[in-house]
Amino acid sequence: MVATLEDRLDQAVQQVGTTILGKERAIRLAVSCLLARGHLLIEDLPGMGKTTLAHALACCLGLQYQRIQFTSDLLPADILGAAVYERQRETFVFHPGPIFAQLILADEINRATPKTQSALLEAMEEGQVTIEGETRKLPEPFFVIATQNPAYQIGTFPLPESQLDRFLMRIELGYPDAQAERLLLEGEDRRDVLARLPVCLTPEQLREAQARVAGVHAAPPLLDYVQGLLAFSRQSSLFRGGLSPRAGLALLRAARAWALLHRRGHVLPEDVQAVLPAVVGHRLYPGEEHLEQTSADLVGRLRAAVTLPA
Amino acid sequence: MRLPWSRRDRPRRAPPPVEPLTASALTWLLAALALAVAPQATELSVWLSVLFAALVGWRGFIVFRNRALPPRWLLLLVATLAGAGVMIDHRTLFGRDAGVALLTAMTACKLLESRGLRDGVVLVFLGYLLVMSNLLYSQDIPLVTYLLAVILVMLTAQVLIHRQHAGLTALAPLRLTGRMVLLAIPVMLILFVLFPRIPGPLWGLPKDAYKGRTGLSEQMAPGSVSELIRSDAVAFRVRFADAVPPSNQRYWRGPVLWHFDGRRWTRPEEPPVKTPIPFTPEGAAVDYAVVLEPSNRNWLFALDLPARLPPRAGMTPSFQLLRDQPVNEVYRYEMRSYPAYRTAEPTAMERSRGLQLPPRANPRARALVAEWRQRDPQPEALVRSALTLFREQPFYYTLNPPELGGEIVDDFLFRTRRGFCEHYASAFVFLMRAGGVPARVVLGYQGGEMNALGGYLMVRQSDAHAWAEVWLEGRGWVRVDPTGAVAPNRVQQGLYAALSDSRLLPFLARHGGDSEWLRQLALGWDILNNSWNEWVLAYGPERQKEFLSGLGFGPADWTGMTVAMLIALGGFGVLYAGWRWRSRLARDPVARAWQRFCARLARRGLARGAAEGPLDFAGRVAAGRPELAAGVWEIARLYAALRYGPVAPPEQVRQLRQLTRRFRA
Repeated sequence: MVATLEDRLDQAVQQVGTTILGKERAIRLAVSCLLARGHLLIEDLPGMGKTTLAHALACCLGLQYQRIQFTSDLLPADILGAAVYERQRETFVFHPGPIFAQLILADEINRATPKTQSALLEAMEEGQVTIEGETRKLPEPFFVIATQNPAYQIGTFPLPESQLDRFLMRIELGYPDAQAERLLLEGEDRRDVLARLPVCLTPEQLREAQARVAGVHAAPPLLDYVQGLLAFSRQSSLFRGGLSPRAGLALLRAARAWALLHRRGHVLPEDVQAVLPAVVGHRLYPGEEHLEQTSADLVGRLRAAVTLPA
Repeated sequence: MRLPWSRRDRPRRAPPPVEPLTASALTWLLAALALAVAPQATELSVWLSVLFAALVGWRGFIVFRNRALPPRWLLLLVATLAGAGVMIDHRTLFGRDAGVALLTAMTACKLLESRGLRDGVVLVFLGYLLVMSNLLYSQDIPLVTYLLAVILVMLTAQVLIHRQHAGLTALAPLRLTGRMVLLAIPVMLILFVLFPRIPGPLWGLPKDAYKGRTGLSEQMAPGSVSELIRSDAVAFRVRFADAVPPSNQRYWRGPVLWHFDGRRWTRPEEPPVKTPIPFTPEGAAVDYAVVLEPSNRNWLFALDLPARLPPRAGMTPSFQLLRDQPVNEVYRYEMRSYPAYRTAEPTAMERSRGLQLPPRANPRARALVAEWRQRDPQPEALVRSALTLFREQPFYYTLNPPELGGEIVDDFLFRTRRGFCEHYASAFVFLMRAGGVPARVVLGYQGGEMNALGGYLMVRQSDAHAWAEVWLEGRGWVRVDPTGAVAPNRVQQGLYAALSDSRLLPFLARHGGDSEWLRQLALGWDILNNSWNEWVLAYGPERQKEFLSGLGFGPADWTGMTVAMLIALGGFGVLYAGWRWRSRLARDPVARAWQRFCARLARRGLARGAAEGPLDFAGRVAAGRPELAAGVWEIARLYAALRYGPVAPPEQVRQLRQLTRRFRA
């Protein structure tokens, strides 16, 4: 029997799950983010498996993988690449930087200077880079997983709100539960597991899956619901400023990808709710009277406040 | 694990023991309380107004600057001092003024110790009490309109207190409040129209609630009526069934004064009887309805001579109408009078009262009468002589008469010769009695101004008047107005035309002149007030019965009204519920089937959350009631596909309807 696209996606999720134990939801969000052609920001403490997740995704989906460790002395050219003079050929030859890969792990993005950050973020937005007057397309698919350490630290440049918006989703991995942690401790080295991961999807199949996300049906009642969420976020004093239209589009796109990943041809309110914290959490800021609330609380309130059309 | 989600986060504090009031809820609450007290600012003592403003301001400062509430001992001190202040001001803590003052002071103190939701709720209800306490002072249209607005603000504060975490901003709470008020209006109307009215106030109001009302007094001394003239407050309004009688026939009869002690005329105790005092009418009757303003007296005013009794009223032998309770609400009654009449013989007691005089007083007046009697002893001739005296000697009609000293009738008749109606009535009755003709003083109002636009007559305090009645053989008690002899205009055109020093009159009693347009505007405003009086304030038990039987309910008793009220309220409730249900119940068969399914589960305690999607719901139900899992999943999946999928094939819709219909939880 020929495996369908959905089966392959399931298999990929399951395979990545063998390396990152007990984090199926985060993995599914990451895959949805990739399918929705968005970029992912993981905010977590060091050692929670961010790199492993990125690496495992690259392996299972058959993507070229590059890791860029962001530091305060990293320059845009270190990411994008530069033209270097070659004596034998007596000409400048472009040496592509690490950004010319399909899956990029931008580690500790908030350690680099804003200039370097924006070089990456512009590449993410445009899907191409311009170096010395020449525009070069980035490979397809192009997926950035950026990580950021949320703890207060000296010498970091937190991403401004407008740039946070470039990430379709922001997730936290969090500590594994006791059972998963036990398996982790009992099991073999993660590097060995990674090395054995099968490739579940070819790049063409991944592109096809990305194309199919746009075709997932969103019925009028569902759009009503999404609009209800947007409207509430704008009216309520819980938030300082509501969700933008771009956030609305992002929410719908992510919900479509989530629905596809769950083998549905149409979006359910549950799909929207599933991706809601990851999609809107970093786009909403608490209002004056609610400063002490966490983003998760706020999104929970938003979710509870908007009723579903019958 | 829980991570701070962004660097602007503050560290999480332990949840406080009480849910604190939000700044916006408190702001609205402070505004509402200040607005509720504002109309009384002039009634309250200055220190109390200042204290209230200061405490409200302090609480606002605490909110906005995020300061701590004052310590308990300080609060206790302020409250004790405020209570003592009220006690010193009023010498009591009970009664209207002291009660309102105490309520105001304690509400302000409560503000300074309120931190939580519960305190907010208590304050809102204190606020409603403050709003209502305003009605103890006045019930006119501007105040009531204002209080409605205050209620709107108070209700908004209440909404914000109860739903402070719903994140309502800007106009959203006001919109919610507005909707609630709109819904309350039909209920209010039903209760107003149908709630069985009882005579008098529903509960006993404190004695001082009615102080400070102007009106006729029950005795007459020089200056007592002219004092009243300075008020242009409306005493009552009258709507005539047919033609309005001319001004010189519009004598509105009030207390009848018999006893003269040499200076003041007083009213003896005359027990009212429950049937009209008989007399012989000569000519047509005049029918009219009077809407009386509160006077804190039992007196009901009627044209000479009244031939009917309003409910709960009696008539004294001297034709004064008395109600069983003082009029402290706007009171409407219907009357019939005969302007031309002949009364029966006076009783022996009436005769002796009608001739009573303080012995040996006013010798010059007595001498004058004796001289008249020598010329012609007929009573009619004496009356004529007295009126001729007023008309032909230099007597003046003035609001500002000189002080009378010693024997006041002599002093007036032979020295000052300037007086207001009470001087003339008093002197005239004295002369008649001295001449052996039974006579008495009648207090009341004379004339009144037509409000042409409204088609009713306004009688103001400035229309107060005193006149005389003499008993003539064969004609009975005959009204004689000695003021008419001095100033005929007073009787025919009203006070304004009769006075040369009319600047002393209150504004609304002055006619013509530069600001006549303003007076006309005031008359227009009075029309509104009159309708308010007639239909709202005077809507007592009689008016209610009349109104309901006018609607075709027949004679309504209180049980009938209660039943009608309950039916109307229930009907409105059912209508509203039906409307809500219809608008909630979708036309779409898929949605309707799902609603039925959810309703059925809700009855089994498995209510779907407002934001719970079908599959989440099914999962929860299946976890709680495993035996239902299969059916619930089938319905939920089918519904989700039909509702959110691209197509809804009719046979699947039918299947969903069947499934939900057969579903049993």
